[in-house]
Amino acid sequence: MPSLSANLAGIKSPNPFWLASAPPTNSGYQIMKAFDAGWGGAVWKTLGVPVINVSSRYGSVNYRSNRMVGFNNIELITDRPLADNLREIEEVKKYFPNHAVIASLMVETKEEWQQIVKDVENAGADGIELNFGCPHGMCERGMGSAVGQEPSILQMITSWVKEVAKIPVIVKLTPNITDITEPAEAAARGGADAISLINTIQSLVGVDLDRFVAYPIVDGKSTNGGYCGPAVKPIALNMVKNCAQHSGVNIPISGIGGIENWRDATEYLLLGASNVQVCTAVMHYGFGIIREMTSGLESYMREKGFERLDDFIGKALPNIKTWENLNLHYDVKAHIDPAKCIQCQLCYTACEDGAHQAIGLPVEGRIPYIIEENCVGCNLCSLVCPVENCITMVRKDDGSQSENWKDFVAAGKAPDSFNDQRAGGLGHWVPEPASALERKK
Amino acid sequence: MAEYQRPTNEQELTQHFEQLKPYMNPTMAYYESSRCLFCYDAPCVKACPTGIDIPLFIRQINTQNVEGAASTIYSSNYFGNICGKVCPTEVLCEGACVYNHQDVKPIEIGRLQSFATSSVINNQKQLLHPAPANGKKVAVIGAGPSGIACACELRAHGYDVDIFEAKDHPSGLALYGCAPYKVTNQDVLDEVAWLQQQFSFQIHYGQAIQTQEQWRNLESTYDAIFLGTGLGKTRALNIPGENLENCFGATEFIEQVKLNPLTAKVGKKVVVIGGGNTAMDAASESARLGAEEVTLAYRRSKAGMGAYEFEYELAKGVGVKGVFNAAPVAILGNQRVEGIRLVKTQESEGKVEVIPGSEFEIGCDVVILATGQSKMTELFSQIQGLQVDGQGRIVVNPATRQTAHSKYFAGGDAVNGGAEVVNAAAEGKAAGKGIHEFLLFN
Repeated sequence: MPSLSANLAGIKSPNPFWLASAPPTNSGYQIMKAFDAGWGGAVWKTLGVPVINVSSRYGSVNYRSNRMVGFNNIELITDRPLADNLREIEEVKKYFPNHAVIASLMVETKEEWQQIVKDVENAGADGIELNFGCPHGMCERGMGSAVGQEPSILQMITSWVKEVAKIPVIVKLTPNITDITEPAEAAARGGADAISLINTIQSLVGVDLDRFVAYPIVDGKSTNGGYCGPAVKPIALNMVKNCAQHSGVNIPISGIGGIENWRDATEYLLLGASNVQVCTAVMHYGFGIIREMTSGLESYMREKGFERLDDFIGKALPNIKTWENLNLHYDVKAHIDPAKCIQCQLCYTACEDGAHQAIGLPVEGRIPYIIEENCVGCNLCSLVCPVENCITMVRKDDGSQSENWKDFVAAGKAPDSFNDQRAGGLGHWVPEPASALERKK
Repeated sequence: MAEYQRPTNEQELTQHFEQLKPYMNPTMAYYESSRCLFCYDAPCVKACPTGIDIPLFIRQINTQNVEGAASTIYSSNYFGNICGKVCPTEVLCEGACVYNHQDVKPIEIGRLQSFATSSVINNQKQLLHPAPANGKKVAVIGAGPSGIACACELRAHGYDVDIFEAKDHPSGLALYGCAPYKVTNQDVLDEVAWLQQQFSFQIHYGQAIQTQEQWRNLESTYDAIFLGTGLGKTRALNIPGENLENCFGATEFIEQVKLNPLTAKVGKKVVVIGGGNTAMDAASESARLGAEEVTLAYRRSKAGMGAYEFEYELAKGVGVKGVFNAAPVAILGNQRVEGIRLVKTQESEGKVEVIPGSEFEIGCDVVILATGQSKMTELFSQIQGLQVDGQGRIVVNPATRQTAHSKYFAGGDAVNGGAEVVNAAAEGKAAGKGIHEFLLFN
């Protein structure tokens, strides 16, 4: 039986699934319910000077019949008095001593930071997360992402906290920045024990076409929110990978962004996250999704022969390189399985209009065929095909040659002028422009 | 006991004739439209006799552009709503949906289509417009689907159109013939009323054109004439007893069911003769109106039936029993039908042969003959120069729908010998275009 127990910079939890600091962790009631359902940890809804929130707080991106593939909010930090939250932290820890309770914090002055750190430690929190990520509302007051976007200030506040903290300190990063490794490094320099990312992405989730205002609407007006949900996962995965591979960061990572099942979570772990945090999926489906997550991860570990999370945390990192390291001799071509083809011809129109005109249509019947000499192996057809494994990418080179861009440059094989005869696409067949109009006939 | 009792009020009638393809609500339409793959050169479009751009209108529904979806549908088919309900979509658009190759349920194209069109009809949207008057006049004979489609197309090109209809209501067999569990009379009448409101054409009811003089008058008054006269009464079988009380044609029976469902003559034991879709409808409707036993007798094997497989399944589903390789010999009874004598048959090289000495009788109180409708041969003979083929169908140029008499154009059952509403709608529209092109250059 593989063990799911997780350890982020000394903070232990029965599994790597934590609730992120957000509405699902607004109260002790919710967190107790979550722990009872099987969650391993929870980052309390950010504590600080309590706010006043607006009514109408969330907006959603729906894709066709799927709801909330993207989600945004304009809610601020906790609107409940600190004393109430502290009392509830204490109570949760009494019931669940082995689960991780992390206090997310956001205040302004050094005195405030150092005081609130002591307060949450006294209440029994297992760790602290500094909210340097919130990209709406709080940033207008110089907090949240306003801090996360200024590495020197981030480092300074982190060091204030570390001066007094006896429990591990996690710095939560904002993705609203060009290079995520800069604030990550600053957190490490400030003494942070771990980083967590990503917080939400500054966003407008949509515009009401009748009322001429973005969502969510507050009395006819709107403001930018923070974007999260399944749609942000690719952005978050890349940022986690960047931090995990960066030698200057070198502290554990808690992965956040669009996680709603065991597969998403496993991807984060493979890219170097020590645990993960979940919010939107719980706001959508409730705490019950944890059962699928733990059982799925367990099955995966059993199947792969992993006994503990450390056996595979970061396992995909060595295989993610900069582009210049990729083998330019690797050659795949699309292959259509006629027995599986349902004749929708989406591959044809995608390749014809969106790629390299490498798919033809037969005179009789509707099953498209690959024009191998035009196929650049881009994968597009296999991605649009609605049938699993109908279009596969088949390797055509014999694998004996491996040269990347750097090798090409070194060997003088790389194009270096506008009309260079070594251009990669020089030999590719491209239809004459005017032939586009003949098709109409 | 049969599944259905004789319905005694409107409510029971509605239950017995529960719609096979009820209208979708917006959520259903949204979910269903989300499934469409938006195929390239989509097979569903090719399978539609009117060539509706189906992936486009489904995408429009999915983006809440329902009015745009209805525009797309009506630009190809003026009977978008009725066709969504009565088309044999299983063998047309939905039968061609690529999901069938994957054993996934095809998109419910018919219901999506009716969802979009009913929305503009119910909301009285002005979607289609007549062109400014071009000073030319066309007479349309018959207010069935082909005639009305032709009239709409002509109005869209600025022609003045008069429709002459022998009966009291528009829509021809869409009203008098379509099974009541496929479409309600209200749906049929609403769509025509909406079209009339869009295009403002005249329908003159109770105006049968019967004499040579009438035709000559039309010819001198109008620049062109469209014949959408459909078919005649059920063809006689020429067997003894055919004239007994309670032996009637399927077309006539169904018309009664459609107009007066609560009082239509329905037997206790009914035998329906025939193997086409009309036979299936007559049998199903008898069962749903409370007939205790309904037998479908067909002279060929089950495989030889002209009816679509799903139509036979539908009839079986309400308790209809099929008897195959049985040909009618005589209808029995003194004054009224008391039974029918059939003889067993076998098929050899496609021909039906009677097996001598194999006669048998079935007791019944109603016999419905669904053995095809007669052609309007006599009517057509009054029009000089009109050419009719060996089966009594008007001969036309398939592209322009022009007949051998250049002033006459034709479409619908009178030309195709009896097909679906969608075929009539396609042919009527094509004729409207044909007339326009003809008059434009003459």
